[in-house]
Amino acid sequence: MHNQSAALQHDPWRLESLDDLNKLKEQLEQKIDPDHPEIVVCHGTGCLANGSEAVSDAIQTALSDSGIKAKVIPGIKTTGCQGFCSRGPLVLIRPQGIFYQRVKPKDAGDIIEKTVAQGEIIDRLLYKDPQSGEKIVHEEDIPFYKLQDRKVLHNIGKIDPTNIDDSIIAGGYQALAKALTTMTPEKVVKEVEISGLRGRGGAGFPAGRKWRSALQAIEKKGRPVYVVVNGDEGDPGAFMDRTIMEGDPHAVLEGLILGAYALGAEQGFLYVRAEYPLAIKHLTIAMEQARAYGLLGENILNSGFSFDVRINRGAGAFVCGESTALFTSIEGKPGNPKPKYVRSVEEGLWGRPTVLNNVETWANIPLIIDKGGEWYNKIGVSHSTGTKVFSLVGKVNNVGLVEVPMGLPLSDIVEKIGGGVPGGAPFKAVQTGGPSGGCIPHSLKDTAVDFDSLTKAGSMMGSGAMIVMDDTDCVVDLGRYFLRFLEEESCGKCMPCRFGLSRMREILDGFSEGRGTQADIDDLLSLSEAIQDGALCALGSSAPNPVLTTIRYFKEEYLAHVESQKCPAGVCKDLITFQIDPDNCTGCTSCARKCPTGCISGDKKEPHTINADECIRCGICRESCKFDAIRVI
Amino acid sequence: MADPTQYIDDLLDQYPPKPEYLIGLLQDIQEHQGHISYDSMLLASEHTKVPLTQAYSVATFYQSFRLDPPGEHEIKVCLGTACHLNGGQQLVDGLSRKLKIEPGETTEDMMFTLSTVNCVGACAIAPVAVVDEKYHPGASMRKLEKEMKKVTELSPDKIKGEPNA
Amino acid sequence: MIKFKINDKEVEARTGWTVLETAKEYGIDIPTLCHHPAVAPTGSCRLCMVELKEGDWSKLVASCIYPVKEGINIYTETPKVHNVRRWILEMLLASCPASEEIRKLAEKHGVVSTRFPIHDPDQNCLICGLCQRVCEEVVGLSAIAVVDRGVHKKVGAPFLRPTDICVACGSCVTICPTGAMQEIFDTVRGKPELPLTQLA
Repeated sequence: MHNQSAALQHDPWRLESLDDLNKLKEQLEQKIDPDHPEIVVCHGTGCLANGSEAVSDAIQTALSDSGIKAKVIPGIKTTGCQGFCSRGPLVLIRPQGIFYQRVKPKDAGDIIEKTVAQGEIIDRLLYKDPQSGEKIVHEEDIPFYKLQDRKVLHNIGKIDPTNIDDSIIAGGYQALAKALTTMTPEKVVKEVEISGLRGRGGAGFPAGRKWRSALQAIEKKGRPVYVVVNGDEGDPGAFMDRTIMEGDPHAVLEGLILGAYALGAEQGFLYVRAEYPLAIKHLTIAMEQARAYGLLGENILNSGFSFDVRINRGAGAFVCGESTALFTSIEGKPGNPKPKYVRSVEEGLWGRPTVLNNVETWANIPLIIDKGGEWYNKIGVSHSTGTKVFSLVGKVNNVGLVEVPMGLPLSDIVEKIGGGVPGGAPFKAVQTGGPSGGCIPHSLKDTAVDFDSLTKAGSMMGSGAMIVMDDTDCVVDLGRYFLRFLEEESCGKCMPCRFGLSRMREILDGFSEGRGTQADIDDLLSLSEAIQDGALCALGSSAPNPVLTTIRYFKEEYLAHVESQKCPAGVCKDLITFQIDPDNCTGCTSCARKCPTGCISGDKKEPHTINADECIRCGICRESCKFDAIRVI
Repeated sequence: MADPTQYIDDLLDQYPPKPEYLIGLLQDIQEHQGHISYDSMLLASEHTKVPLTQAYSVATFYQSFRLDPPGEHEIKVCLGTACHLNGGQQLVDGLSRKLKIEPGETTEDMMFTLSTVNCVGACAIAPVAVVDEKYHPGASMRKLEKEMKKVTELSPDKIKGEPNA
Repeated sequence: MIKFKINDKEVEARTGWTVLETAKEYGIDIPTLCHHPAVAPTGSCRLCMVELKEGDWSKLVASCIYPVKEGINIYTETPKVHNVRRWILEMLLASCPASEEIRKLAEKHGVVSTRFPIHDPDQNCLICGLCQRVCEEVVGLSAIAVVDRGVHKKVGAPFLRPTDICVACGSCVTICPTGAMQEIFDTVRGKPELPLTQLA
């Protein structure tokens, strides 16, 4: 069974008014019995990788084979990412809301025969709260979900993203119909201004102010004006936008159409990373289905307003997340950024006024128009209104996607929702803001997670990646990682970025190889300042941040590398030694057979030893040891 | 095989002759052909009215474009932050040693291309490797060697260089 | 006319001028490499950075592309400017060790050694892109490409094959600030015995 294709249950007809949309919604709702059992299988990227397609196939087969005696045949639905990725594949049984995790194809029979047919709960598939040790039956009782406030993600995991009808039942396109029938474009801009919504892509520029500036630019230069979705989510460790595009593509589309209406744009662009093929597919289907209903294209809902969208696939360049580089890429050129002395709202795509917002920002617009800017403004904290979606990854128990109101303390997100670090130790730091951001140490765990507080702590909101680090993660290594990343992704146009980042990385390489000096640390700081001041675009000027914040908060760890040639976290290869603990080693010879340099020796059933001179510290022995006998010193 | 240039003509027909369609066109060509040859780039640049020099700049600027034919199977190792913290780099090092190639290169027998990718957004299952578009959660050298063996055996013309040797 | 200050001295500029153009007019020296009046500025070498100050707030801008505005205060010799300039000159010394022009320029600003490793002692191209811009904007052809990206960026012809688009006008060689184009030219144009198609 492949639920990946566009599947409308009826021939779409062109909707001519808000009434038509409501009529359609009613008709669709009548077909649905809210008590009808439904098996929802998560088809987010994480679950798919863990085999959720085989699970949904097995459930389908089990259903046809079983001939169950239940009076009703359950529906099977596949949805976008439900968020709790570390527990996938996830299966939800409705209407009871029974939450099964780590489901395998062989569980399909039991799910049908026991749970669906007889209402029996299958104990082994339940989520066990690591803190209380209790097994939890219902999704809404799981701490990971309970403490969240899902607004943008509201539909994700509930609707089939390839079926617009599902979205319409859930209230999709209501905001658009409301705006087109009862609001002037000016009123739409006003609501966005009142909402206080700030761009979710990184810098946090107020969306309403951006739209207003675009209107002023249009007054001077006239139209065309373009609206663009930045779906080039490049920060490593971030997958919020991917999830929204894959799981609720109509929310993005509706937000964009609203923006186009507000600004009088006729053409929009969706710029999506090529690494996200499923997002591209779901958006393409969503656009086709919206066009068929007359919600996109000529004369939308018979309002006289016409607007269409095109998808541009990124081609593998992180720098294209930067606005000016993204525009040159849409124009078909290499994504070299341009200096921003003239703002893109005035001179963007093809030199025209352009409003660029990221996926999550656009997906907030329908909520704001539907419920009002005032309503939105009350969520979160002042200057950072609304909710924010974070991808919580790294050394944390509950890896996944979380949406919380702005202003929550960092520790609430990492410890209460994320369940803390595996093993129970406190986290060492949380990296936010990706390669442009910084590390917030455990001592600042009460930092409010909003735009301004994170900036004050030396980091930034960025697009919302939160990478939890524990004591086995080295800050020098992390600094090298981000610098190498940016070195590869630098467009190479300006000198400070093309040469400066390599030099910074080389200095850190020296630290991790035990060749660092105090003068290197001074050079690092002065070169960082030159890059911050001198680089042409934000990729370069923010590149020193991960290093600067870690020097600020973890100076001793840097000094340990430089002064005593030690890597306290046990990560930097040249400063560590692999040893075999003779008490644990059983002499199984597994490591000796796997070692690529053959530097492990010993007799069968006797403790082995590693010849440190030949060891390349690849870690394969540690991976292969079943007795936890390999130590890193 | 049918006329190799036929599909390019079909593709060209789908795109209006404007510079803004160059990247999409090159992406489609690569999807069909596995890489972008000199001749196909020339056709694409003429069609979209972009000088060949600029088309070449585009093709070398973006990481996803290939100017040389790739191997039969592609192993992509994710180096997103979560994957890095969970040993993604060790996987790259291990595969490099095993296949005797650097990331971005193809084995001499044209069986495997090794590449790295900056975050596929599947951080919950780190480290991730993608072998021929299939995601491998919690990848290890052991699992990947097994997978490499599997795909090699499935290859129509089994090639001498047995990767697990 | 637009009035503003450079180094606390009142200056006047025409609408549309950049800070660099104004500074030149008044004989204020700002070092540049990737700038040439014949082609549109791109602000890539960052040697011409100056400090824009407003009260306590300040930021560095590239004077070759920063449009003048009424009442702004520009400073061309501040500690921040010197820090950027010194580092960039060191980068240039390491990337173009064979260039006499760059050695002299660095020396003029007190930079005689570099903390960057020298990878290619014969290199003298700083990839400022002037050659490509003059070919495209002035000559009206597009024989030269800036290819690849980041640390691998270089100047050349597509697939590194000589191209018959080149009419051997030599503009790129003339505009090159370091003389690097002399050598690259042959790889773009090909050996002289190859036929050159004169484009209309």
